[in-house]
Amino acid sequence: MVAETPLNVVGTSVPRRDGLGHVTGKTIYVDDIKFPDMLHLKVVRSPIPYGKLNGIDLSEAEKVPGFVRALTHRDVPKNVYTILTLIGVQPDDEPVLAVDKVMYVGEPIAAILAETEEAAMEAVSKVRLDLEPWEPVLDVEEALKPGAPIIKDWGTNYFIYDYEYGQANECRKVRLGDVDKAFEEADFIVEGRYQTKPIEHAPVETTGCVAKPEPDGRFTVYTNTQALFFTLDNTALILQIPFQKLHFVGGTVGGGFGGKVDVIVEPLATLGAMKTGRPVKYRFTRDEEMRASSSRGAWRMYFKDGVMKDGRIIARKVVTYADSGAYHRHTPYAVTKHAANVAGPYYIPNVWIDVYCVYTNRQPGRAMRGFGVTPASFAVEVQMDKIAETVGLDPWAIRFINAYRNGDIRPHRKVVDDATLIEVMQAAADMVGYDLPDEYRQMSSNDREGGNG
Amino acid sequence: MAKVRGVGIAAVNYPTGMNLGGDPSQALIHATTTGNFVISLSSTDLGQGLKTVIAQIGAEALGVPFENVLIDTADTDTGPHCMGTFASRATHRVGNAVIRAAQEAKRVLLEVAADELEVAPEDLETDGQGFVRVKGSPDRSISVIDVALAAHFKYGKTISGRGMYIKPKSEVDPETGAMDPDSAEAHACTVAEVEVDTETGEVTVLSLKSVYEVGRQVNPALVEGQIRGGSWMGMSHALYETTHPYYPTVDHMPTSFSEYLMPGPMELPEIEMRVLEYPSHTGPYGVKGVGEMTANSPIPAIANAIYNAVGVRCTELPITPEMILRGLEEKQAREAMPAD
Repeated sequence: MVAETPLNVVGTSVPRRDGLGHVTGKTIYVDDIKFPDMLHLKVVRSPIPYGKLNGIDLSEAEKVPGFVRALTHRDVPKNVYTILTLIGVQPDDEPVLAVDKVMYVGEPIAAILAETEEAAMEAVSKVRLDLEPWEPVLDVEEALKPGAPIIKDWGTNYFIYDYEYGQANECRKVRLGDVDKAFEEADFIVEGRYQTKPIEHAPVETTGCVAKPEPDGRFTVYTNTQALFFTLDNTALILQIPFQKLHFVGGTVGGGFGGKVDVIVEPLATLGAMKTGRPVKYRFTRDEEMRASSSRGAWRMYFKDGVMKDGRIIARKVVTYADSGAYHRHTPYAVTKHAANVAGPYYIPNVWIDVYCVYTNRQPGRAMRGFGVTPASFAVEVQMDKIAETVGLDPWAIRFINAYRNGDIRPHRKVVDDATLIEVMQAAADMVGYDLPDEYRQMSSNDREGGNG
Repeated sequence: MAKVRGVGIAAVNYPTGMNLGGDPSQALIHATTTGNFVISLSSTDLGQGLKTVIAQIGAEALGVPFENVLIDTADTDTGPHCMGTFASRATHRVGNAVIRAAQEAKRVLLEVAADELEVAPEDLETDGQGFVRVKGSPDRSISVIDVALAAHFKYGKTISGRGMYIKPKSEVDPETGAMDPDSAEAHACTVAEVEVDTETGEVTVLSLKSVYEVGRQVNPALVEGQIRGGSWMGMSHALYETTHPYYPTVDHMPTSFSEYLMPGPMELPEIEMRVLEYPSHTGPYGVKGVGEMTANSPIPAIANAIYNAVGVRCTELPITPEMILRGLEEKQAREAMPAD
């Protein structure tokens, strides 16, 4: 849909209509929404990474002035769920509220509804948990070793791919050409291990919602989710109510970065509203946002590249372990996106990629800006400099020599048709005053005629 | 002990949009008798300016002024389905849906205007200023508001349109990984300059200079906002942030911003950018999307600049002063050893 006529509005920097409201504090966010008889919901969380939950003693919490009621897993109609069930990811693996074990520090065990946020927090602090700690599984490679404690009910510490095809693959695979043969032909082998760690989304506005029962029997949920229907659908499935009963209202989100596509606050707040007949607000504290809500996942990547003396990468083998934390959330999907992109924006004829989605006893990893590609770009681009040093080329040259071009096939067999890496690098060299040799200056993403290809 | 400078580069692609589960969004448009057009959606604005960008695309496709296009969004009772705002998809998917809805609405707009002006609809065009005019005879025109009034009160027609965009689900081949998981490839190259203090291990980012290619820019100021924000985020990921300082253990996790390090205004480097436009063949007016990718290239560019400065290859994030100092010690020990 490229325009044939000149454009009037597209391409102009019209001022954003909501900008003034944001910078003067006039924009209404979810946390600004209040109702006179609104209750506050706070969650009792696991203090240990892994263990048996023998019991929950609410007797002291119930005595706190303002306490209204508690919710446990028995109150949740479909307690065990997985959000990506909407696109076919199974099995359900995550409890809304813990049943008989806890899987990470911060896992929700019970919810308290109270007249004020302070009363809810005080009641939470009075709940006594009978927990029996188990040895946690924390390292992705330790988790896959024979004899490692198995923390997932289906019997492996990794996600099983391709069950929809009647297969049980332990990882997402990408295969192109013959890497072993190419490694034998290569002049150099360059290896690398790369590790990223969990990161907080750090939105200015923490995750939250208000669920309000309406006179017509429906529930209005004011929420800062990034995906209204996705969250509505999952909430209805968890609460086992018809989708039509729910009305979700969003607005301006105070920063998402992928942190607000989990479905965490809406089901419990709506359940609280159903059970009490009153509006319920559930918002994360900054501590909950950092330690209990999911983070950018951690990724460990092993690279082995076969490189020729002229700088061409002829083979790349990557094994990646994505740390999904305790539950799926979005990691099985991020793994696939990573697998499609971990060879980078380069033409490599022989590629062998295995990406594992591994479960550990930490807060679940989830979607975050860059979703499996950010760690891949880090590893690929540091690896490119290692290759350049090994071969004796400069970092610009190694990238021009290997840059993908239109018509090239990527490892996941998608043919490149909108490449501009070469043009972008040429412009970057100009920007910083790097004197690009003619052979790279004359290259084009549209053909392999110019320069070294 | 010294402060040593280095330069590093990184070049990246970013796949925008994602359809491993199928990825649709819808838009509805109707004209009110005020002359405004309302675009109804259920897409959320994350603060990146989606509502502004979508109004621009709607105004362009309808051929009416930006001021006359209103966005009514983020309500599941009144807005048609949207998968959500993630995966650098919203401008691409919702924009395509809006163009289709606008084409349908514009057809009615021109039909009614044609009846009023007593010409054929194909002889008419919108002028982008609030009028429908006869091609080649700009003095023969009618205002959009008069067309809207005539449609409602005289002809009994709604000036409205329905728009839908879906990229169907891509299956992944279990053996080869063959798949078609995205809509467009955007690109970037970042050059980072850093200064490393070899006594403390601290890294100061002096500049991040980037060239981006994100298809057509709908709103260059908002694209610049993404690049500036992403430059900061990438620098923060490279040198500062983690919730697990002793990963893989869960010890000493931060509980607030006083314990979770991020660069402040004092640490902000010089940020320079240039945006190239190579319109994509799948996006609205050639959009590819710029949402997620801007944090990606600064990270390896900074890591490579550190190596260029002091010869320490950092392969774990975040790169802490401790990692730099241990790297320098190892390097000195290596260099002190007699060669075989």
